[in-house]
Amino acid sequence: MSNDWHLQKSHTFSPEVMAEIQRAANTGVYSIRGFGAKRQLPNFDDLVFLGASMSRYPLEGYRESCGTDVVLGARNASEPIHLDIPVTIAGMSFGSLSANAKEALGRGASAVGTSTTTGDGGMTDEERSHSTKLVYQYLPSRYGMNPDDLRRADAIEVVVGQGAKPGGGGMLMGQKIDARVASMRTLPEGVDQRSACRHPDWTGPDDLEIKIIELREITGWRKPIYVKIGAARPYYDTALAVKAGADVVVVDGMQGGTAATQDVFIEHVGIPTLAAVPEAVRALKELGMHRTVQLIVAGGIRSGADVAKALALGADAVSIGTAALVAIGDNDPALDEEYRALGSAAGYWDQYQAGNDPAGITTQDPVLASRLDPELAGRRLANYLKVLTLEAQTLARACGKSHVHNLEPQDLAALTVEAAAMAGVPLAGTTWIPGKDETDRESD
Amino acid sequence: MTGLDLSTESLRDVNAALQAAESGEFVITHPQGAHALACGLNDSIEVKIEGPVGYYCAGMNQLATVLVDGNAGTGLAENIMSGSVTITGNAGQSAAATGHGGLVVIQGNASARCGISMKGVDIVVGGNVGHMSAFMAQAGNLVVLGDAGDDLGDSIYEARLFVRGSVASLGADCIEKEIRPEHLEFLTTCLTEAGMNADVSDFRRYGSARTLYNFQPDDVDAASASNERSDG
Ligand SMILES: Cc1cc2nc3c(=O)[nH]c(=O)nc-3n(C[C@H](O)[C@H](O)[C@H](O)COP(=O)(O)O)c2cc1C
Repeated sequence: MSNDWHLQKSHTFSPEVMAEIQRAANTGVYSIRGFGAKRQLPNFDDLVFLGASMSRYPLEGYRESCGTDVVLGARNASEPIHLDIPVTIAGMSFGSLSANAKEALGRGASAVGTSTTTGDGGMTDEERSHSTKLVYQYLPSRYGMNPDDLRRADAIEVVVGQGAKPGGGGMLMGQKIDARVASMRTLPEGVDQRSACRHPDWTGPDDLEIKIIELREITGWRKPIYVKIGAARPYYDTALAVKAGADVVVVDGMQGGTAATQDVFIEHVGIPTLAAVPEAVRALKELGMHRTVQLIVAGGIRSGADVAKALALGADAVSIGTAALVAIGDNDPALDEEYRALGSAAGYWDQYQAGNDPAGITTQDPVLASRLDPELAGRRLANYLKVLTLEAQTLARACGKSHVHNLEPQDLAALTVEAAAMAGVPLAGTTWIPGKDETDRESD
Repeated sequence: MTGLDLSTESLRDVNAALQAAESGEFVITHPQGAHALACGLNDSIEVKIEGPVGYYCAGMNQLATVLVDGNAGTGLAENIMSGSVTITGNAGQSAAATGHGGLVVIQGNASARCGISMKGVDIVVGGNVGHMSAFMAQAGNLVVLGDAGDDLGDSIYEARLFVRGSVASLGADCIEKEIRPEHLEFLTTCLTEAGMNADVSDFRRYGSARTLYNFQPDDVDAASASNERSDG
């Protein structure tokens, strides 16, 4: 009997690496895909909650109340956003997603009292009408940007960067630029759209401060203004966003999903979400703005444990993209055969840019898009969001907290030295936080 | 005619008064370089600003007619939707950036990035425009009676650029194009509307070569379905 036990696999030139060299040699074009970073990164799984013990008192798992609501934007806006749960839906454009997918996100989020967000393609009427709370993105491209939509939004999110590609602009491949998407973006149909990576009329935090004043003047100082940054230098970027007048800072880590980006960008630019949160919180605390300016964390949030850990590190809410798409039907095992016919498989599908999504989510093809039932998909999302919330509450109660915002870094321990250093919590079973000496810790 | 004096009234009050008005004429005195002045106007009112303004003057204008007697800072009439904004002096960077419609007239010079990402606005500049003007310009017309700086129309989509003087250099994918009768006709109407005098036959037209519109993958191994897929 023959076997291949003698075959020696190269860690440097793995089959995936060789496949990419072969693909590059065949096409002369870099690989563009959707989804987020796929490589292994330090993440929230490297943290555990300590739970109550002799010195801490737990709350009853099901009965005792454990609040989950969050108010966003009260710093400057006369109409801040009230969310029932600390999980929001991240900005994903109509164009990258089908109209049915956008509707499903709106239905699901609205059912559990949270917000959705537009994206790099403007606001659609369907999206506005199906989202009780809608955040309107203000992006470098300004596709479809107009003052009427600014006024009918519940909040405005100035996008400086995205975790999947800090320093990169949007992309939407020609096969997804149909007549409606093209006209909303003022682009020729079928063009491989590469959005601007820099805002056209401001550079740097001093200009941004004036830009935010303009947006407030146009909307009568009513709407909260968020600033979204890709996690690169979160300490400085958060401080500068606060200085520029942000009511809410959104920090998106490198695991963050994307509709279409160069693979090299997704995998090699930015820092992991876990590393970014404590740095953003440090900036807020030093400015005396923690909990006054809210922090929303995104990038690879999958479970109620991730939600609770992000909050324990100091976030006020999280936002999800990829997980929400999976909840409404992305990568559904029932579609495995169809994914395989496209050279992928359920659980691996990342070709959001291609426009031929069998699940009808990342497509503008009317036949494919009609496969997604927005009502059913919305219910799935609502269920998933409920589970995230219940899980986060379970963990908070176990730590004796009557509100998820009462979770704190002292409730956490790290399983790896890396996570201990990044999160600034002790390595489990020790008092050791790499990079901090005892006196630092006393003053925390 | 209603007078609004920025030396005694706050920016918020002045803007709120203008935004609430459905008709009428307004004169704003002592602007002293105020930012975000007369932004978000949304009805057919006439506004005259006597003096220099700061950033984002008349930003996102709808229907209103705004005249600035002086100079303007960055982002004059940014994202204008309709109506018109005229300035007697010079404009700072990114004038009429991302404008979706309407008319912006700059009687003096415009600095860098004039008409950046424009999406349908018509811009007429009496003097020169700075570098990177009409960067990624998508639609609309930029008419320059003077000279254009470096990298005019870099990464341009479907906007049309008309320059009477010299162009320091053209940006990526921007080329000179033939002037046809419809262009001369457009220039005649546009210049009249802008109140400018120039011989339309002196202009040259620039626009997109459209070579950057789509990725151009090679196809060495056309048989491989999976490779084609990831070319996206
Ligand atoms: C299909 C898709 C489209 C996206 N479009 C945008 C966008 O238009 N603007 C933006 O700021 N971020 C966009 N993002 C990023 C999300 O807003 C968010 O930052 C990210 O998905 C969070 O990470 P997660 O996917 O791991 O939850 C997109 C993400 C996906 C998956």
